[in-house]
Amino acid sequence: MSTVLILADFAGEKATKATVEIATAGAVIGEVTALVLAPVGKGAAYAATINQGPVTKVLVIESDDFTKHGVAAFADALAHVIGQTTPSAVLVASNAFGKEVAGRVAMKLKIGIITDAVEIAPDCTATQLVFGGSTTVHSKVTEGTGIITVRPNTITANFAAAMPLIENTTAPISDSSKKATITSSQPPVKGGRPELTEANIVVSGGRGTNGDFASVEAFADSLGAAVGASRAATDAGWYPHSHQVGQTGKTVSPQLYVACGISGAIQHRAGMQTSKNIVVVNKDPEAPLFELADFGVVGDLFAVLPPATEGVKARKA
Amino acid sequence: MKIAVCIKQVPDSWAEKKMIGGLLDRANVDAVLNDLDEYAVEEALRIAEAHGGNEEGGPNTVTVISMGPERATEAVRKALSMGANDAILISDAVLVGADAVVTAEVLANVIFKGEYDLVICGTESTDARMSVVPAMMSEKLGCAQLTFASKVTVDPAAKKVSITRVTEAGVDEVHGEFPCVISVVEKINEPRYPSFKGIMAAKKKTIDIRDFASTGAEFTKSWSVVIDAAPRPPRATGVVITDDGSAGQKLVDFLSEKKLI
Repeated sequence: MSTVLILADFAGEKATKATVEIATAGAVIGEVTALVLAPVGKGAAYAATINQGPVTKVLVIESDDFTKHGVAAFADALAHVIGQTTPSAVLVASNAFGKEVAGRVAMKLKIGIITDAVEIAPDCTATQLVFGGSTTVHSKVTEGTGIITVRPNTITANFAAAMPLIENTTAPISDSSKKATITSSQPPVKGGRPELTEANIVVSGGRGTNGDFASVEAFADSLGAAVGASRAATDAGWYPHSHQVGQTGKTVSPQLYVACGISGAIQHRAGMQTSKNIVVVNKDPEAPLFELADFGVVGDLFAVLPPATEGVKARKA
Repeated sequence: MKIAVCIKQVPDSWAEKKMIGGLLDRANVDAVLNDLDEYAVEEALRIAEAHGGNEEGGPNTVTVISMGPERATEAVRKALSMGANDAILISDAVLVGADAVVTAEVLANVIFKGEYDLVICGTESTDARMSVVPAMMSEKLGCAQLTFASKVTVDPAAKKVSITRVTEAGVDEVHGEFPCVISVVEKINEPRYPSFKGIMAAKKKTIDIRDFASTGAEFTKSWSVVIDAAPRPPRATGVVITDDGSAGQKLVDFLSEKKLI
């Protein structure tokens, strides 16, 4: 049976949901081996967190170069393991780090790369949603083992318990991959809300908030949702830029997207129109985003959201 | 310092984009300098200005490097009108439809020959959105990758660069030496508008248009192929109500009915 190599994605010392998602995506092609790249002494602890998803084997490489040199060191190790194990495909999480690792590996091994796949077929054909989700594209790697990055939150993860075989190995890290040195790393500041690109529900605010995100945040918190913002809102300095949803910000595809006071320029739609359900609250009945709404309310967000927040809390109580 | 800024001409981000025969239709849409590359041009100019400027005869030069059809000279001129010194545009029919690996291969070859100290890019283009070319160029050039920078500090005497890297994984302080490939995130700066003087001066600046063969790049063939592309069907029309005081509750009912709460 063919094998698929995945680069396990970690947040701190724990494998992320994205790791389970890429394992699930890979399992349609063949048996999944997860590569765990950990600091010295941490390999076993990291590998132990690969306990969900269709993973049959975990390969562990320990080196302090991973923490010290980041992307380039990861790419060296992944390229080395691809050479050793000749998988049918290589899958990586489509975040900034994963895409850069995949890019370097593609360049190093002269193999094709496809980014932001939302589905992968058994013959390794990848489905992508491009131009802000307005177009579906099927692509295939034509040169060597394909390396495909998989967009978070688009594959329905198989969380079945995994008992993979764990093996240790090594990989050389080249001198040129040690030219960038990381001297300090801080995890993202979590406000107790889920990560925007991974959240099942996103509540976003735009120009209509006039800078007051309290109602948007309260509604988001009642739903356990992440908070997003339109470019108009982040440009005005009302909300941190890291929360911008849109063409020049994050692309999200949650189960539910609630847009509050966002008119829906193409710029914004590009970042959210693949959401499964879309709710729009806007005072302006002409707002273009109503075209995408499964449920729309023409009304003032400050009047609509507070009773909705109370309603959700009552429903959950 | 010799600073190179890599830019791309892209369809206007407000325009509807279409695929024709597996390729993005670039001919029939308004084309602009990629939004995110403006931050790279601005950062290059600020670094030059902080260390003696980039006027003729000064210690620094800022060269714009791009690959694309001849029409891309429009985007290149915009970067020149912001204040870059000169430009190189690699334009060749064999490069139509080039993927990220080909783009990185070609740009890296031109950069290698130009012996730049710093190569500055945006984090991604607003059309392909792959975000891989800076990392690929750094791999090809065998130099430090200092990407997703929200802050760049350069010490030309020591040939050292430090950046603050900001991604969804957190914030890192990363250091490297010349030469290196930097990508900058939006909000690192506020890109300047070209002045009238800048626009006039840009008309006289040199754009060195080169063909593929002159770059010394090894390959033109993309390593991945689009099998098919189709517009997604429009979403089914939903319900839109006007708030009469009960919309909040009706919204909750909708969420409940859809089993979202």
